[in-house]
Amino acid sequence: MKMKTSRVIILTVVAVLLAAYILFPFALVVLNSFKAQSAIVSNPISTAGASVQQFLQNLNSVVNNKAFVFWHAFGSSTLVTVISLVLLAVFGGMAAWVICRNKTRWSTVIYMVFISSMIIPFQVVMLPLIATFREVGKFVGLGMNGTLPGLIFAYLGFGGAMTVFILTGFIKGIPYELEEAAAIDGCSPEGTFFRIIFPLLKPTIVTVTILNGMWIWNDYLLPSILLGQNNPNKTLPVAVQSFVGSFVKSWDLILTAALLAMIPMIVIFILAQKHIMDGMVQGAIK
Amino acid sequence: MNENTSGKKILSLVLLILGAVLLIAALWMDFSKTYIVIHVGSAKVALRGMFLVVGALMVLAGMYFIPTVMHHRAIINFIFLFPLIFTFAVTVIIPMFVGIFYSFTDWNGVTYSKMVGIANYTAMFKDPAFVWSLLLTVLFVVVNMILVNLVAFLLALLCTTKLKGVGFFRAAYFLPNLIGGIVLGYIWQFIFSNVLTTIMNSTSMLINTKTAFIAIIIVYVWQYAGYIMLIYINGLATVPKDVLEAAQIDGADAMKTLFQIKIPMIAATFTICTFLTLTSAFKQFDVNLALTNGVGTVRGFMGQRLSNGTQMIALNIYNTAFARDQYGYAQAKAILFFIILACVSLAQVRISNKREVEM
Repeated sequence: MKMKTSRVIILTVVAVLLAAYILFPFALVVLNSFKAQSAIVSNPISTAGASVQQFLQNLNSVVNNKAFVFWHAFGSSTLVTVISLVLLAVFGGMAAWVICRNKTRWSTVIYMVFISSMIIPFQVVMLPLIATFREVGKFVGLGMNGTLPGLIFAYLGFGGAMTVFILTGFIKGIPYELEEAAAIDGCSPEGTFFRIIFPLLKPTIVTVTILNGMWIWNDYLLPSILLGQNNPNKTLPVAVQSFVGSFVKSWDLILTAALLAMIPMIVIFILAQKHIMDGMVQGAIK
Repeated sequence: MNENTSGKKILSLVLLILGAVLLIAALWMDFSKTYIVIHVGSAKVALRGMFLVVGALMVLAGMYFIPTVMHHRAIINFIFLFPLIFTFAVTVIIPMFVGIFYSFTDWNGVTYSKMVGIANYTAMFKDPAFVWSLLLTVLFVVVNMILVNLVAFLLALLCTTKLKGVGFFRAAYFLPNLIGGIVLGYIWQFIFSNVLTTIMNSTSMLINTKTAFIAIIIVYVWQYAGYIMLIYINGLATVPKDVLEAAQIDGADAMKTLFQIKIPMIAATFTICTFLTLTSAFKQFDVNLALTNGVGTVRGFMGQRLSNGTQMIALNIYNTAFARDQYGYAQAKAILFFIILACVSLAQVRISNKREVEM
């Protein structure tokens, strides 16, 4: 099936134009973070007034800004995302394994509750969540609202259903004989899980981690209501929002902040492009 | 072996008893309102909280060391399920039921003074701002479902041809999906209010309510189409090569192959994609907040002048609670939102499943 040259050329042109359209906002962000506010307002699409010096100056005023606290926010985001992802993978794998290998009424009920909870939009639990966390925090004597451990706790709760759903589907396909053989050789159930099942889950854990990671890293609503706009430990999306709120229309600073917020994700995408695109698809069609 | 078992027995008993003592102590401190704070470095930790957490961990560890062969599996099952079920219950299940209850009260976020019956639910249908948000959201969902799927499918067709650099195009089209809605919203606010006004020498699209709504759709399609495209590409790859070859031998042209073979064969993919676009468009919040913040003037809707012309339902719920402090009312809106979303997605899946079978 060889295509005609004229068609190839037309399609290539279309594809390039589309790519240009989809990428031009990113190019504009990069271009304008090299310019001063006056140059941006007078002409946002020309390179006039763009200089590395100006970029460093913008960068300096954004990074040292008290509303944005870039390094701190970046640290909080990284901490929350990494810890949540690791715990979700381990706890999710454990729960999925138990649900899958125990054909009792209880495990079916738990599985069904997990699945049906996936349709609940966040807005429904958003307001009572703050109240529940406040009461639980008061009872336990540990702060849940406004703290990073509280936020991680919430991500375990919200991410658990999807994680268990995807992992259960995969564990079903692992032959049970493997576990029986391990048991005969004297392996304890917890040993069977951590030594045999968990290593086999690796490809699916990559998928789950990508799906959860994209969501947790970019999530705005949950950290904004649990931590609050003025929390010193706010995550990156919350920091961007409160920064823009205090510097309305200062595009030089806003666009530089946007650039800083985008870079980590784009770097990871370039490094693990195939994994991320496959993971997103696998997560959707499951 | 025997010594090992008895050693384990003692360890397990000690842990269980210590854990229980700590838990009871914490409970007692809770009821007697004893509040002791200890300083760990710069952080303040309540003693009661530490007792509770350490006590619970000790009980779990004690259970783990109970030397029985019979029940060991059951204990492991419990320990393995516990972390996720516990967090899930506290973050989803309890708030869900608490929320249903609060929607019938005049809750202000902290306490409620009285039950108001279904007053919250009847009030929202007399509230023009909410009815507008609801209708706007429905329109947004319908337009988006069609546009995103159409654009994504065309992109997928383009990316499955034998062009050079197809891998690059796929990655480029997918790129906007990586970035959070808040950041994207502000970037596009800049584009609409500064860049496009310079290029076309016009006023910003975001000023007028109608064009601002179109702007939200443009941003949303731009962000989401790349993701849906990947799913279509995956679906198109499952169409068997021999079927396509057979069609070609039988003299089917490209259009015929597309409409009579490819599209019917990836009906399941269409179901997934419409479901995803439907639910995500319903829940749209970040772009709405960052791009227009719901602002927009509407004259004469239900006899009132509205200032929230581009506010979608998720943002409406958010503002009702946090800007106007009407938590009970906002919660009732959220419950209605949930019911609508559940009905629509169930109906969508059912209809698609039926169609799939017919094809």
